[in-house]
Amino acid sequence: MTASSGSLPIRIEQDVVLARQAARQICVACKLRLIDQTKLVTAASELARNAVIYGGGGTMDWDVVEKGLRKGVRLVFADNGPGIPDVAQALTDGWSSGSGMGLGLSGSRRLVDEFELESAPGQGTRITITKWS
Amino acid sequence: MAALQQRTIDLIRSHQEPLLAAWVGSLTDAGRAQDGRLSARELDTQVREFWRLFLGTLSATDVSSLARAEWQDIRRFLEELSRERVLKGFNSSETASFIFSLKRPLFEVVQQGYANDPALLGDQLWAISELIDQLGLHTVTAFQKTREDVIQRQQEEMLELSTPVVKLWEGVLALPMIGTLDSQRTQVVMESLLQRIVDTGSEIAIIDITGVPTVDTLVAQHLLKTVTAIRLMGADAIISGVRPQIAQTIVHLGLDLNGIVTKANLADALALALKRTGQTVTRTAR
Amino acid sequence: MERIPILQMGDLLLVTIQVDMHDQLALTLQDDLTEKIRSTSARGVLIDISALDIVDSFIGRMIATISSLARIMDATTVVVGMQPAVAITLVELGLTLSGVRTALNVERGMKLLQRTDEDEASS
Repeated sequence: MTASSGSLPIRIEQDVVLARQAARQICVACKLRLIDQTKLVTAASELARNAVIYGGGGTMDWDVVEKGLRKGVRLVFADNGPGIPDVAQALTDGWSSGSGMGLGLSGSRRLVDEFELESAPGQGTRITITKWS
Repeated sequence: MAALQQRTIDLIRSHQEPLLAAWVGSLTDAGRAQDGRLSARELDTQVREFWRLFLGTLSATDVSSLARAEWQDIRRFLEELSRERVLKGFNSSETASFIFSLKRPLFEVVQQGYANDPALLGDQLWAISELIDQLGLHTVTAFQKTREDVIQRQQEEMLELSTPVVKLWEGVLALPMIGTLDSQRTQVVMESLLQRIVDTGSEIAIIDITGVPTVDTLVAQHLLKTVTAIRLMGADAIISGVRPQIAQTIVHLGLDLNGIVTKANLADALALALKRTGQTVTRTAR
Repeated sequence: MERIPILQMGDLLLVTIQVDMHDQLALTLQDDLTEKIRSTSARGVLIDISALDIVDSFIGRMIATISSLARIMDATTVVVGMQPAVAITLVELGLTLSGVRTALNVERGMKLLQRTDEDEASS
């Protein structure tokens, strides 16, 4: 039973699977609709993988948030990697650029209700996503 | 700002049994427990649980705001209580009376305890009044929110019922959409269409928008996304009932139909669907 | 090392993915499948994803890659059983999986493969 907040290290690719499972559990606990669960867990998968591949490993923190009487799931992916040099460009669909990160990043943004990205060269990356029930 | 004195809190604590009895008494008197929706035992459990949380939170703090973190457990409790009452068919004042009927017993305890101290009495009565009012208001707000949610869910369910997915033919489903659509409702309906396609193994879904007067950008995008999803799953979709105005909107919005076939009416769409699924209808000599 | 089993039925290969795959497992599947297509001269590949409730861009790319590689080896790939929530999410993600054929279930997938075979034979 997942507590309503917690943290998970994401160092190797097997951790991406764990991240998906943790995200799923917290979504179920918050009673998100199936389609919303699918979207959030998929976004979590993308961002967790990015943290492993581009961020040199990081963490996923999760939290149940409230807005009045609405519940939501908030996930934060943080790493101390090289950071994203051009955030605006990274957020446009990078499918054809071959970098691989682009689609995961911009795609994730479309899957969630709130998306915040903090990143700069040499300062790591921190992405916060929220999905409301 | 009124603050509850420690002395008041101690008074409340030391008089809790009679206080609780009086509270439950007034709740039952008004028939609020005897109507079958809530058993005496359930009410008793809720009363005790609330009381446990209430006493646990009371301290000589400023009670002017329930938004403070110390009150979170009680807020949650009241939200749960309201939710349960909504589902059981209580109205908002019946639900709020759970809290408001606590005022009088509390007042009586405080009045006795401060009988020799009128100035402080007035102040503490006010503090209690403020606190109970806030708790009561929170209960009412939570009640209304839950009721709105319930109504919305019922609307969604009615929408699914009133926008039935129809099996037109072997392997052909039709979804006649009626009235103005908003983004949220369109999503709900479309998701159920996708599920029906999977459940029935239908190859073609005809989405008929004859009964839709206007299609705005969001709805149009949603329609397109749905058709794309249908194709991804391995089925296909035809949009029928596309009137000239809607066609214009689509072109005007620069939406790429991506090879999605549109037909002016349901009959044409069905004919195409039959052809695609390799079925024919023959006329026999009569 | 765990591997996803590949079933051979005549000149058809059937893969049923039932676990939450980590990336390496997916890549191993890709390698195993292409090797098996080669060694059995399979004409068709059926990938059943009806048990997958998450398909992200990595798995999506794996599927597209398998499809392309299979085509080079003269085999057709059909992905079957995609769940509605997965389909909606893929559309939102922007993953079109163009070039990948899909069918609602294994039965239809096999019919599709058969039709493709016939089309190619007559051309």
